[in-house]
Amino acid sequence: MELIPALYIIIPLLGAFLIPIIGHFVKGFQKTISVIITLFLVFYSVWFYIVGYEAPAVTKVGGWEAVNGVPIAIYLIYDGLSAFIILTVNLIAFLSTVYAMGYIKRFTAENNFYALLCLMIAGMNGVVLSGDIFNMYVFLEIAVIASYALVAFGTEKRELEASFKYQVLGGIASLLILFAVGLLYWQTQTLNLADISAILQYQDQSPALIFTEVLLIVGFGLKEAMIPFHAWLPDAHSSAPSPISAMLSGVLIKAVGVYALIRLFFNIFTITYEVSLLIVVLGTLSMVIGVLLAISQWDLKRLLAYHSISQMGYVVIGVGIGMMIIFEDGNRTVAALSIAGGLFHLINHAVFKGLLFLDAGAIEYMSGTRNLKELGGLSQKMPVTSSTSLGASLAISGIPPFNGFFSKLLIIIAAVRAEFYLLAALAVFVNFVTLGSFMKFIRYAFFNMKESKVSLKAKKLPFSMKFSMITMVILCVLMSLMVFPFFRDILLNPAVDVLINTGEYATKIIGS
Amino acid sequence: MTVYVMCFILFLVGLYGVLTRRNLIKIVIGFSIMEFSCFLFLAMIGYIENGLAPILKEEMENPVYVDPLPQAMVLTAIVIGLATTAMLLAIAIRIYKKYGTFDIRKVNELKG
Amino acid sequence: MNGMTQIVKKVTQLMSGLIFMYGLYIITHGHLTPGGGFAGGAIVAGGFILLILAYGSKVLNLRKEETQTSITESVALLVIVMLALAGLFLGTYVFFNNYLPQGEIGQLISAGVIPIYNIFIGMEVAAALLTIFLGLVIYKEEVAS
Repeated sequence: MELIPALYIIIPLLGAFLIPIIGHFVKGFQKTISVIITLFLVFYSVWFYIVGYEAPAVTKVGGWEAVNGVPIAIYLIYDGLSAFIILTVNLIAFLSTVYAMGYIKRFTAENNFYALLCLMIAGMNGVVLSGDIFNMYVFLEIAVIASYALVAFGTEKRELEASFKYQVLGGIASLLILFAVGLLYWQTQTLNLADISAILQYQDQSPALIFTEVLLIVGFGLKEAMIPFHAWLPDAHSSAPSPISAMLSGVLIKAVGVYALIRLFFNIFTITYEVSLLIVVLGTLSMVIGVLLAISQWDLKRLLAYHSISQMGYVVIGVGIGMMIIFEDGNRTVAALSIAGGLFHLINHAVFKGLLFLDAGAIEYMSGTRNLKELGGLSQKMPVTSSTSLGASLAISGIPPFNGFFSKLLIIIAAVRAEFYLLAALAVFVNFVTLGSFMKFIRYAFFNMKESKVSLKAKKLPFSMKFSMITMVILCVLMSLMVFPFFRDILLNPAVDVLINTGEYATKIIGS
Repeated sequence: MTVYVMCFILFLVGLYGVLTRRNLIKIVIGFSIMEFSCFLFLAMIGYIENGLAPILKEEMENPVYVDPLPQAMVLTAIVIGLATTAMLLAIAIRIYKKYGTFDIRKVNELKG
Repeated sequence: MNGMTQIVKKVTQLMSGLIFMYGLYIITHGHLTPGGGFAGGAIVAGGFILLILAYGSKVLNLRKEETQTSITESVALLVIVMLALAGLFLGTYVFFNNYLPQGEIGQLISAGVIPIYNIFIGMEVAAALLTIFLGLVIYKEEVAS
């Protein structure tokens, strides 16, 4: 069927355009339709795995077939890596929307919130599915402009300032990406990703190509908050409303940051030593500096935001080690192990970091403060929140049997087998510092009986918030099953195969 | 070739404006200058010597057209730039209402 | 905000009809001359904004106007997505297909479904620009004073 990739973009867009009209007249319409849309998208992305598929599903928008073997339409491509990231995006979107049903009641403009959320989901799906580099830029801008508005949704002083900083830095990154798209078109005379890949295989590394690669690393690195481009992330992620923080930190920095980097640098450009070294160094710096900056934080959501930087460093290291091994023509099983560890940590981080932000939102809903020095003694009054927070903290610190342990184990084993001993030692060290930081969070928020100055504002949490948090903590335990060979073959191996066989992207798409 | 270098220098002028000005509206204007330099660069790429405007008319045999694809890219990018500028200005006037000033040295509550 | 002097009001009143006509010409001839939906829509919105600036915003009921332009924008966007989806059911299984008959080159009614897209995109862009402008004016007049 040719329709399949386009539905991921059409359905959230229809939701976003219907909600302002019908929500004006019918009360409660916006919540039901957002939940229905995201639930349908989750089932659709899981159904694609159950049915099974062999070749990438390609949709040519407008029906323009290739002329003399040169593709001229805008392609939407649904292969193993896209399917994996779309599953992540839509799962976290569904759980955040259900949580937002209970949380957003205190704002007055609920229509706009759900419309912007649907636009953001449509934009992220479009970035992951697009097979054309300018189309990727357009959908990236749609997702990111919706997120600028959502960060400033409460219109308090801090949220507006955080949104302005986020907008200026994000806008500079988008302009760098646009400049790089122009430079790529100048060198290859085409915008289609498969065609660019086929043309660049026969060209040498000219200075213009190296300049383009550097611009793309800086632009997408700023979207993904690697060190030294991280300055917007603590402000933006801590000032947003909690379901939006879970979406931003859980999927936006991955779908428009990491996904674009690995798609462009594995499948389109040829791998060189300098680029892979740069990516590994940036990943290591993110991992170490992120966790060292997080130790001294007393604001709950700022602590979680700095830990996001550090965990994204793990993903980038996993992918970067795979890149260096492919360049040196080393052991391909070690490269596959490293990239599998990186991608597995990507989906794990989406789940447990989303759960941590939703817990922080629940704490703020009940007690009205985010300062760890004032909180305390919440473990008896909020049993659901305290048990899910404990589960998520153990997951992020890499304690078995939660999912964080297995993904970090894969990355560390691959680093040791590839003889990057310093990286493996740093990864273990950062893991222990993360554990200490989250034990501080658990102690000060939940078990600090004597010094708590907090008084509860609300009676109990709404049911929708509890449903999301309990589902996510069950997923944290269930996803560690993905390391067994049966589930790994269905979910992870197609994604890894797309990245390891770097040259086959062009042949599969142009041939189909 | 010098034309493309001039586009990049305009980009750097805009970046200088964003980095060194203290007023919020001047930061937005510097950002707009950066955008315009990107549009100029994209539109210049498709130029071919002695080319015609890319519109189909009858009674012409094999005319040489200017490349129309960068023109479509620039139109889309202008729309996106409009949305970005509108968002920036909406947030800027709300900051003026809450903080009482446009000076970014005083809009400084989030630290650490 | 207050309006401007009598000369500005009279000149704007005379010019605004010509500006709208020029914007509509650019929208509907988008497949024959440079322009199309976005440029024409921006000109039409510019005509409306000139009228509001010349006469002042006190003669309008600002909230009702903003609701109307917002609903116009959403309806135009929905019609565009429905047109794009209609290509699935009327023709082959392709999204965004050009399914109306394409006439001769150079006539006004030709090129399939593109002029219809241009009209609705022009309506949407004009409504969106007006909504942004009215939103900012409402914030300045009623909230921040």
